[in-house]
Amino acid sequence: MANEVVDHGRRRFLTATTAVVGGIGIVSAAVPFIKSWEPSARAKAAGAPVTQSLAKIEAGQLLIVSWRSLPVFVLNRTAAQLATLPQVDSRLVDPKSNGVSADQQPKYAQNEARSIKPEWLVIVGICTHLGCVPDFVPEIKPEPFDPEWKGGFYCPCHKSRYDLAGRVFNGVPAPKNLQVPPYHFIDDSTIQIGVDPKEAG
Amino acid sequence: MANVFTSIGDWVNERAPGMMPAYRKHMTEYYAPKNFNLWYYFGSLALLVLVNQIVTGIFLTMNYNPSAAGAFASVEYIMRDVEWGWLIRYMHSTGASLFFVVVLLHMFRGIMYGSYKKPRELVWLLGMLIFLVLMAEAFMGYVLPWGNMSFWGAKVIISLFGTIPVIGSTLVEWIMGDFLPADATLNRFFALHVIALPLVLLLLVVLHIAALHEVGSNNPDGVEIKKGPKGNRWDALKPADGIPFHPYYTVKDLVGVGFFLLIAAFIIFFAPTFGGWFLEHDNFIPANNLATPSHIKPVWYFTPFYAIVRMIPSFLGSAVWGVLAMFGAIAVLFALPWFDRGKVKSIRYRGTGFKVALGLFVVSFFMLGAVGAGITAEVIPAWFGNVDVTFWENLFGRVMTLIYFGFFAFLWAYTYFGWEKTKPVPERVTTHD
Amino acid sequence: MTKRQLLMKRYIFPVALALGLVVGSVPVQASEGGALPSAGTNVQDQASLQRGAKLFFNYCVGCHSLKYMRYERIATDLGLSEQEVMQNLNFTGAKFGETVVSHMPEDAAAKWFGKAPPDLSLEVRAKGADWVNAYLNSFYLDPSRPVGWNNTVFPNASMPFPLWELQGLQTAEMKPAKAGEDPAVEKLVLSQPGKLTPAQFQQATRDLTSFLEYASEPAALQRHHYGIWVLLFLAFFTFLAAMLKKEYWKDVH
Repeated sequence: MANEVVDHGRRRFLTATTAVVGGIGIVSAAVPFIKSWEPSARAKAAGAPVTQSLAKIEAGQLLIVSWRSLPVFVLNRTAAQLATLPQVDSRLVDPKSNGVSADQQPKYAQNEARSIKPEWLVIVGICTHLGCVPDFVPEIKPEPFDPEWKGGFYCPCHKSRYDLAGRVFNGVPAPKNLQVPPYHFIDDSTIQIGVDPKEAG
Repeated sequence: MANVFTSIGDWVNERAPGMMPAYRKHMTEYYAPKNFNLWYYFGSLALLVLVNQIVTGIFLTMNYNPSAAGAFASVEYIMRDVEWGWLIRYMHSTGASLFFVVVLLHMFRGIMYGSYKKPRELVWLLGMLIFLVLMAEAFMGYVLPWGNMSFWGAKVIISLFGTIPVIGSTLVEWIMGDFLPADATLNRFFALHVIALPLVLLLLVVLHIAALHEVGSNNPDGVEIKKGPKGNRWDALKPADGIPFHPYYTVKDLVGVGFFLLIAAFIIFFAPTFGGWFLEHDNFIPANNLATPSHIKPVWYFTPFYAIVRMIPSFLGSAVWGVLAMFGAIAVLFALPWFDRGKVKSIRYRGTGFKVALGLFVVSFFMLGAVGAGITAEVIPAWFGNVDVTFWENLFGRVMTLIYFGFFAFLWAYTYFGWEKTKPVPERVTTHD
Repeated sequence: MTKRQLLMKRYIFPVALALGLVVGSVPVQASEGGALPSAGTNVQDQASLQRGAKLFFNYCVGCHSLKYMRYERIATDLGLSEQEVMQNLNFTGAKFGETVVSHMPEDAAAKWFGKAPPDLSLEVRAKGADWVNAYLNSFYLDPSRPVGWNNTVFPNASMPFPLWELQGLQTAEMKPAKAGEDPAVEKLVLSQPGKLTPAQFQQATRDLTSFLEYASEPAALQRHHYGIWVLLFLAFFTFLAAMLKKEYWKDVH
C-alpha cells in the first residue's frame, strides 16, 4: 500500500465542481418540465383576441364577453353614470389608479373613467379579492350594503364593492381595482379584447 | 453552514434513529468488491432509467387522454402543443427501450459472473420478477398511444391467452373488457401502467437491493470477499477487498451515468424513433380495427419471445404450445440457479463448454429477435433468392429456439455430471482499475 | 497492462462500440424497404419548407388536412409573418391559432374518391420521406382507373394527381406481357411536358416532402437546435465525473 497523501483541496474542488455542474444540469432539465405547465398552443389559440361589436349595446347596458375563459364586462356608461365617478372618489382606495392599483390597467386606461373612450368601460369581471364574479348593480339608490350607492359592482362572495369604473371602495376585502384587459378600437363600434392599441405598442 | 446541517441531522436522528444506520448500511459502510468493471454500471443505470420513467410518466399523464377517441390526438397534442412536451415524451419512449437495453446487459452480467448462484439466488429471483413486471409495464405502455401498432399489438398479445384450453376465449374478453381492444382495455391498461405496476416495480427494486446488500455483491472474479482476509484502510474488520460504496462507487457510477446520458441524449435529440426500432412507423397511424399493419411485429425487446411463439406449430388442435414455450423461455431464466450446478461462478475460471454455450445462447437470443422483428423474412430472399422463405425462416427459428433452451439443458448436464474443467479460482480479487 | 491500455479497454473501446452501434443502426434501418430513391429532404432548409408550404396550400389542402398543425406554428417555424400566412397560405378562413383543416366534407370526399383523403399530419413519419417523394413522382395516366390516374409506388391509389400541370402527363410503358401474369409497368415516360422541367419538378416534390416531413414532427427543429448543447454539456459533466472518480480511486489499491 503506497503512502500517498490525499490532496484534500483537489478532492474538494472536484467534488464541488462536479456537484455544481451536475446541479446546473438537473435545474436545466427541470426547466422543460416546469414550462410544460404553461398554457399550451391550444390553450393560447382558444385565448386568442376576441373581437366584439358594440353596435347593439345600448346606453347603460352591460355585455359579458368571454376572453381566455374570463368574463370581460363591456359597459356602455351613460353621461349620468359617468357623472357619479368623481362623487365617490373620497371613498375609494385608489381613485386615480396610480397607487396599489397602478398595474391593474394599461397606461392608456389609467384615468378617471379607466377606459379609452369614457363611455365604454372594458374590465375583467373577476373580484380582486378571491376571484368571484361581481354582480352589476347600476341603480343609484340606497342598497343594504351601501346606503349611498351610486351604482357599480358588488361581489356576492365577500361583499367587496366597486364603482362604475371598477374602482374598489374602502373597507372591503378586495385590495385593488378591477383589472382592465388590453383592448383597442378597431373602428368606432368594434373593439378587440386582448390586443393593445397600435400607438401603445 | 456545516453546523446547520449537523444540527438538522441530529434533530432527525433523535426522532428517526434508524435512518443514519440505514444510510451507512447501504452507502458508506456497504463494502463492495473493488474490482467491478464496466458491466457493473448497468444496475445503477437501471435505477436511473426507472426514475426517469416515473418523472416523465407523471408529466405525460398530465396531458394524456386515456380514451380510444382521444388518446392518439392527445399524444400529438403533447408532441406539438404542450411546451417541451416532445422532449418529455421522447425521454419516456427512449427510456423504455433503454430500460430493456440496460436490464438485459445487467442480466447478462449476472450470467457471465455467476451472480445468480448461492447465496444470491433470491437476488436473481427478485430481479427476474422485475424483468417480468417490466415486460408487462412496457407492453401496456406501448398500447397507450393508440396507434395502429398499439392496437394490433394489444390484440395479438392478448390473443395469446386465448390459446389456453377451455377458459381461453372468456379470459381474452375479460382482459379486454370488450370483444376487441377498446376504451375499456385502454382505460384499465392506463391504470395499471401509471400506478399499479410502477408500485409493484418499486417494491421489487427495493427488495432486490435489500436482498443484494444482505449477501453482498458478487464480482468479475466470482470471489466471496467476505470469506477472504479482513481489514482495509477504512475498517479493520471489513473484507480486505471491499471498498465503501460511497464515495468510491457513487463517483464511479457517476461516470457511467455521464456516458449513458450522452447516448440517451443523442437518441432523444437526433434519432428519437431510432429508425423505427423505438417508435415504430406504423404507430404514427391511428388505431384502425379494419386494417392490420403490413409488417405486424412487437417492439424490439419482445421480438425474441414473440419469435418463439411463432416457431412452435400447433398440434392436437391447439396453439397453446407456442405460448407455453414463450412463457417457458422466461421460466427457465427464473430457474437458472438450479440448472447450473457448477461451483465456480465467474466465466473467467469456468470451462470452455460454458463459454461456448453462453456465446451460442446470446447468438440465439439475437437471432430469435431478428426472426421476431421480421429481419429474416427480408434477408432470406435478399441473400438466397427465390426460396421458400417460410420454410427456411421456420427452420432457422426452430434451431435458434432449440439452442436457447438447449443452453439450460446443457448447463445442467455439464455441471451435474462434472464435465466442466474449471480453472483454479484465486483467493483474492485480481484486478481493479 | 499499462494504465493507458487499461483505460482503452475499460472505457474508450466499449463506449466507442456502443456509439458505433447507435449511429450505425440508424442508416441501416432508414434504408429498409430498399428500392426507393432518397428524397434528399432537409427540414433545416427554411426556403425549401416555405416553397413546400406554398405547394401544399395551393395543391393539397383542398382535400388533405394537417389537423395537428397550427397556422401560427407554421408561421413561427418557417419564418413567415402572420400576414403572409393568413393571406398566402390560409384559404379556409381559419383563425391564425387554429389547425389546418381541409374544407372538403369527409363524407362527400369518401363518395368521390372511394375513401376519404387521409390527414397528412403524420404521413412522412408513417411512410417515410422517400416513399412520399417517390409517390409524388410516380403518377401516370391510366384510363382503367376510376379517377384516370394510377401510381407505381402505390398501385391503384384512389387519388387523382393535382400536380400534373407542373410535372406534365406521364404514361406507362408496360413490360412484355407473360402468360398468366398481370401486366406490370416497365417505366414511366413524360408524354406531355408541364410547366416545370423534370429537374424543377423534382425540386418541387422535394420541397413539398420537406414541408410534410416538418409537419410530421415540428419539434425536429427544436431537437436539432438544443441537442448539440445538451451533448456538449453532458460531455463536460462526464469529463468532470471521470476526473473526480480518478481522484477518489487513488485511495484504492
